Amino acid sequence: MRGQEARDQAERKAVMATLAQSTGDDIVRLWNEAGLPSEAELLRGPETGLVTVRGRIGGGGAPFNIGEAAVTRATVRLASGQVGHCYALGRDKQKARLAAIADALWQDPAHRNEVEARLVAPLRAALAKARDQRRAETAATKVDFFTMVRGED
Amino acid sequence: MDIVTQAIEGGFADPVFDAQTVFRAVMDAMARPGKLQPLPVFTRPPTPLSATAGAIALALCDNDTPLWLDPALQASATVKSWLGFHTGAPLANTPADAHFALIATPAEMMALDGFSQGTQDYPDRSTTLILEVSDLVSGAPLLLEGPGIEKTATIAPAQMPRHFVEQWKQNNQRFPRGVDIILATSEAIACLPRTTRIKTMEA
Amino acid sequence: MYVAVKGGEAAIRNAHKLLADRRRGDRSVPTLRLDQIVEQLALGADRVMSEGSLYDRELAALAIVQARGDMIEAIFLVRAYRTTLPRFGYTRAIDTGTMLVERRVSATYKDLPGGQLLGPTFDYTHRLLDPELAAGGEVAEPEQRAGEAEAMPRVSAILAREGLIESDGDMPEDHVPGDITREPLAFPMARDIRLQALSRGDEGFLLALGYSTQRGYARNHPFVGEVRIGEVELALDVPELPFAVPLGSIRVTECQMVNQFKGSAKAPPQFTRGYGLVFGQSERKAMAMALCDRALRASELGEDVVAAAQDEEFVISHSDNVQATGFVEHLKLPHYVDFQAELDLVRRMRAEHDARENAGKAEEKREAAE
Repeated sequence: MRGQEARDQAERKAVMATLAQSTGDDIVRLWNEAGLPSEAELLRGPETGLVTVRGRIGGGGAPFNIGEAAVTRATVRLASGQVGHCYALGRDKQKARLAAIADALWQDPAHRNEVEARLVAPLRAALAKARDQRRAETAATKVDFFTMVRGED
Repeated sequence: MDIVTQAIEGGFADPVFDAQTVFRAVMDAMARPGKLQPLPVFTRPPTPLSATAGAIALALCDNDTPLWLDPALQASATVKSWLGFHTGAPLANTPADAHFALIATPAEMMALDGFSQGTQDYPDRSTTLILEVSDLVSGAPLLLEGPGIEKTATIAPAQMPRHFVEQWKQNNQRFPRGVDIILATSEAIACLPRTTRIKTMEA
Repeated sequence: MYVAVKGGEAAIRNAHKLLADRRRGDRSVPTLRLDQIVEQLALGADRVMSEGSLYDRELAALAIVQARGDMIEAIFLVRAYRTTLPRFGYTRAIDTGTMLVERRVSATYKDLPGGQLLGPTFDYTHRLLDPELAAGGEVAEPEQRAGEAEAMPRVSAILAREGLIESDGDMPEDHVPGDITREPLAFPMARDIRLQALSRGDEGFLLALGYSTQRGYARNHPFVGEVRIGEVELALDVPELPFAVPLGSIRVTECQMVNQFKGSAKAPPQFTRGYGLVFGQSERKAMAMALCDRALRASELGEDVVAAAQDEEFVISHSDNVQATGFVEHLKLPHYVDFQAELDLVRRMRAEHDARENAGKAEEKREAAE
């Protein structure tokens, strides 16, 4: 794969990850603030189904099935031709539809910067903030061992 | 039209009701072997996959049903992507692993016994073959009898596999194991379940 | 023999209506909202997700309300719902090494990379009922501690460096993980299938079995190498995209149980391991699962099978509480005809018994009279 193509794919995947992690409410709010176009032809879904989650024996060994998780997916096409997909945990159909449109808009050079700046960047910042807060709250429960010297030398 | 678009367009317009209609037609055709069940055009798959075979695949296949494609279909990346997108079915490594097989050129197809025949305990685990044929009247006539046929039924599917009558007799002998066949023309389907026998016609 | 009996439609209808009424209870008490359950009875929802085998918090909360808090009924509802959904595929295996950790403790090493993180634990609470919770007072924000995120390798990796512990459970390269939702159970079964069954197994049943191993029924000297709780990312390979599509994160609990092992004909002395991995926050379940996993490896490790916890068919066949409750609870359904047959049989046996008794007594009398 050429370098540019690989970079594009990695970026697109990161955008999809951000959208999947974010709540439907946050996406709708930012979408409306940015005034992004929400018209697109629905090619599939939004529909809810299951994925079977896999873990590994002992953490790093052979894979095994843990159980299912609810996932909602959608595929859309813009009038300009770009096809966008979304798969996200949960059953939020509106989120799946908007995230698929966002994926399609991101592939359109005329919209990429707008999607990045007005939608993805604020979502990413909110997720990072929440993650940092969770990490800091957990870190506050870290045990600092100290040794007590007993007896006389 | 690029490959991405071709691979994504042309699925069921109304997934639930279209799939139910196709399923009903297949069920009726299996229950009345040799009887034609008309089927409207529900899908627009990339060639050489026919609309009828495409609709059957969309109705019956999913993530849990490995699918085998004959060389003519296998050669088309677009067909593979289209089936992958709309059904999620994985491609079977060998015909013996397949739950369903799509055959665009039955006249050149491999022997029936190369597909999964099921087991004595689980005869339902055999491959269901979907054969694309141009019509059911211009080939060699097959006189059918067995469960679901009051006396006899006759169909004459075109472009059938070589030595089909002999192969079918062997398929009958493997009962309860054995494959089932769905014949798909552009406007109808007819079925040959493993319980149907082909009577040899007196010349 | 089964004889169809009709009737009871009106009674059933009214019973459903009565159930709805009792579920709602006193109308002057506000209705529970699902987000209240998700937020404030989170571990209950986690149990329903884990044993219902469906990761979806809102559905678990709905099931708990609908079941009036009866957890096994809620799990049953979730299991029934999941059968209505198509399956899109199997995710890539999650990597618990990259978890966003919310709790992580080890009983085997004091100082380990990443440290001991207590997280939101009940441990060290005094188990005194708190009247302030009943009053619904304000709750302070938690403390925060700044610092760089540290890597937290799994504890098993530390022991592995010394070569004193068996590796993670490996399978042949081409092994396709078994799936109990697609293939009927068959014994003996591979460890991957067993783990799937244990992960959705009943917490109480696995807890009791795990406890039994500690009390001497198949003792295996366990230590918690590590328990960790946190979020891991999911990714799914789909035909329409050239990369595994990220789905979001789920919370899981993982337990690495380390067991002293004196060696056998099949394996040298070393530490062996039991593994637990469950949806949501449930370290009791993950620990019990790890104890059972280790006990069930008896044959593989050349140990004698002497106790219930080591008996694969016993444990796996009875670990599913939906199956168990179905079979136990069906006993209350009408068995009128079966029971009529039993009644006839017992009456006949009693008549024969009485006849024999009377004949014996008559004989005794006659002998006494002679």
